[in-house]
Amino acid sequence: MLNLLWLIPVLPLAGAFVLGVFGRRWAQRQVSAVGVGSVGLALLVALGVAWEFARLDPAALPLVQRYFAWLDAGTFVIPVTFYLDQLSLLMTLVVAVVGFLIHIYSVGYMAHEGGYYRFFAYLNLFMFFMLLLVLAGNYLVLFVGWEGVGLCSYLLIGFYFLRDSASAAGKKAFLVNRIGDYGFTLALLLIFASFHSLDYATVFNRASQMSAEPFGQAGLLTAITLLLLCGGIGKSAQVPLYVWLPDAMEGPTPVSALIHAATMVAAGVYMVARSHVLFAQAPTSLAVVALIGCVTAFYSATIGLVQTDFKRILAYSTVSQLGYMFLGLGVGAFAAGIFHLMTHAFFKALLFMAAGSVIHALGGEPDIRNMGALRRKIPTTYWTFLFATLAITGMPGFSGFFSKDEILWQTFSSPYGNKVLWFLGVLAAALTAFYMFRLLLLVFHGQPRYTPTTEQRIHESPPVMTRPLVVLAVLSLVGGWVGIPAALGGSNHIEHFLAPVFASSTSRLQALAVEHTHAEELEVMAIALLLAGLGFAAAYLMYARRPELAQELARNFHRPYQLLLNKYYVDEIYQKFIVGPAHWLSDRVLWQAIDVGVIDGAVNGLGVEARVLGGWLRQWQSGNIRSYAGWIVLGALLIITYLVLRLR
Amino acid sequence: MVPVSHYLVLSAILFGLGVFGFLLRRNVITIFMSIELMLNAVNLAFVAFSFLHQQLSGQIFVFFVIVVAAAEAAVGLAIIILVFRNRVSLNVERVNLMKL
Amino acid sequence: MTPQYWLFFAFAGLAVLGALNLIWQRHPIHSALSLIVVMGALAVLYLLLGAEFIAAVQVLVYAGAIMVLFVFVIMFLNIGEEERTSWSRVAKYVGLPVAVALLGEISYLLYRAIPARATVDANRFVGTTESVGQRLFTEFVLPFELTSILILVAILGAVVLAKRKL
Repeated sequence: MLNLLWLIPVLPLAGAFVLGVFGRRWAQRQVSAVGVGSVGLALLVALGVAWEFARLDPAALPLVQRYFAWLDAGTFVIPVTFYLDQLSLLMTLVVAVVGFLIHIYSVGYMAHEGGYYRFFAYLNLFMFFMLLLVLAGNYLVLFVGWEGVGLCSYLLIGFYFLRDSASAAGKKAFLVNRIGDYGFTLALLLIFASFHSLDYATVFNRASQMSAEPFGQAGLLTAITLLLLCGGIGKSAQVPLYVWLPDAMEGPTPVSALIHAATMVAAGVYMVARSHVLFAQAPTSLAVVALIGCVTAFYSATIGLVQTDFKRILAYSTVSQLGYMFLGLGVGAFAAGIFHLMTHAFFKALLFMAAGSVIHALGGEPDIRNMGALRRKIPTTYWTFLFATLAITGMPGFSGFFSKDEILWQTFSSPYGNKVLWFLGVLAAALTAFYMFRLLLLVFHGQPRYTPTTEQRIHESPPVMTRPLVVLAVLSLVGGWVGIPAALGGSNHIEHFLAPVFASSTSRLQALAVEHTHAEELEVMAIALLLAGLGFAAAYLMYARRPELAQELARNFHRPYQLLLNKYYVDEIYQKFIVGPAHWLSDRVLWQAIDVGVIDGAVNGLGVEARVLGGWLRQWQSGNIRSYAGWIVLGALLIITYLVLRLR
Repeated sequence: MVPVSHYLVLSAILFGLGVFGFLLRRNVITIFMSIELMLNAVNLAFVAFSFLHQQLSGQIFVFFVIVVAAAEAAVGLAIIILVFRNRVSLNVERVNLMKL
Repeated sequence: MTPQYWLFFAFAGLAVLGALNLIWQRHPIHSALSLIVVMGALAVLYLLLGAEFIAAVQVLVYAGAIMVLFVFVIMFLNIGEEERTSWSRVAKYVGLPVAVALLGEISYLLYRAIPARATVDANRFVGTTESVGQRLFTEFVLPFELTSILILVAILGAVVLAKRKL
């Protein structure tokens, strides 16, 4: 089965191709069969690969399969290789499982929408690129997947392209990503220039032979890793390039679930984890990673406190959780960051899918101010949503608890960690608890705020949509049990599983580590739990007991409230200081001045000059034979003179 | 004993006079005759050189020049007649329809 | 001063005078007649250079046929004298000085190039009719035949161009 590794991305690619070419004329059943089937088959292959992987001798890892030489230009040779180790296997499984569930969900969700075949074609294409990204064996193939998922994101965000806001959002996503990708491309160039290869094994080998750069000094590795981070900031929506993700909610909900929660936005996290060798030797960059992650986690949580669009709250939550992942990576806890990626994929996809279910039940209403008391009407959706909320807020026992706590503990205790960052992370957890329970209470509890006509249409989603919800709910609960830390009596399977991947970097850390006790870990855990509990209590108070309190606070703290509601006016600031000038530059300078004036002017000018010259020359053709005669004689004289002088 | 260069200078003078006529005259037939004069001058030069270098090919060439001059005169005069018929004037300044 | 010398200068002067007259005269028929004079003088000069065949051809063909054609056309068109109009500016200011320069230049070159001792003497004449004919029919037979075609074409062309209607 291992030699069928290539099938995993190729099956969805084939699905996308078939659907793209033939899907237009097919019935929905056929389209679903191909769309879901290709991913299902890929999942089966992935499970088979995992099965054989478990039997492999650890020394045989990482397994590198070379398929063909893609670029072959003298010394620049880039083959298409797949790299299979614990990390890429884990990512593949996460992507395949969550992707498969969402495909099934989409069969129900998109059943009444137009462009059914197109949706599945794009979704399959996305799966291809994402799987290519995680299985890639060198940075360039990674980049192909990277760009490809960006493309699919654009296509799917703007799926309802007839809506102006949707196509604008698609463009925004693509362009903001581009900024990050620019840094990423520079990083690729630097890597190739320094190590003469883009292959993982070669690059990491050569990099580890270089000396580590001390904190505060910027050398080659720091430059490379910071540039790689640029790409990650764009793709994984960190500050300052997160602005596309809330707008991306214009796309259909399955898209938000798959791409903007579980998989594509995790690509940045994966990339940093994969490049841990480089990052571990550039502590300055690691510090930047942690700082950006922490700031993003906190900042985004504050925005989420007051938003009123269901999906947007979840979008800001995604940005915040991604910040946690980066924080984990930044303090050297690579395994913890990936662990949180996995649990986040489960519960965030679930949250979005449940949101889709709710919005669908209410006939398209996204504003939570018009919801309420849906608990009894759509119970399955409610219970799965509850599970996911408990997971994300860190209720002990659920997956999010273990992964988030691991990150917070590592931030506190790791030699690269920082108490201030830890505290901010804990605060962000409190805020997360607050806004998630606010969401839950406003949507499912309390008094109904929707109209009676809407009320009649409320119905639970069909099984094809609810069954994936249930599966993910279960995973949100048990998914974290692979990472129970030693302090609580577990054996932290996932960390041990991923340990060989990060071995070189963690050993570097061990050298600096300070000893900590389990008691300390439990204390830290308790503080986080306490604050999260406070968040829950505040939400309960404001939205279950005394609803008018929320209004009062909004009135009394009018300014901060407006600031948060308008997302710190970041979009407006960007528009004024970046987008506007860029647009002016393009329009006035590059277009009018240079393109029209200089380039067209030169070309037209040539024509005009030719005409002027011709007009002047034609006066010579006077028709007067005698002047012709004169010129002939003059010419003859000149030629003879020339010949004579030459013969001298 | 006449130096050969005298013949050549004479040829040059005749040629120059032919050029003069070509430039100065207005009647197209007279212009044509000046061209014939130039051809004759060149013939003289050829013959002189033929003597100088003791080669016969100079004279052969003169023979062909004369033949070609004959053909040229025939066709040229035919054209002049045609022009005259159209413009009723042999003034070369009136023949200026070929201007741009 | 040998007789050739005097003969040369006499007929050279005649040629130059004829040429001058060709330019000077206003009626084309006078110019044509002057040209005939020039050709005759040139024929004598050819004889002085020993080119007897060419001299004969000159008189027969050039003066005898071509100039007759010219005279015929002049009489046929019957224009009369040329009117007095101003010269073309180009011809006056460009052409005249240039022609003089041309002349001067050629003369200068000739005197430089030809050594003064090269003189015409009868012992070294080339160009008997026999030798010319011999060369013409062996070495130059191809151009010779081609000229016959050339003349045929010229005749056809002249006829086609000048007819009133075909």
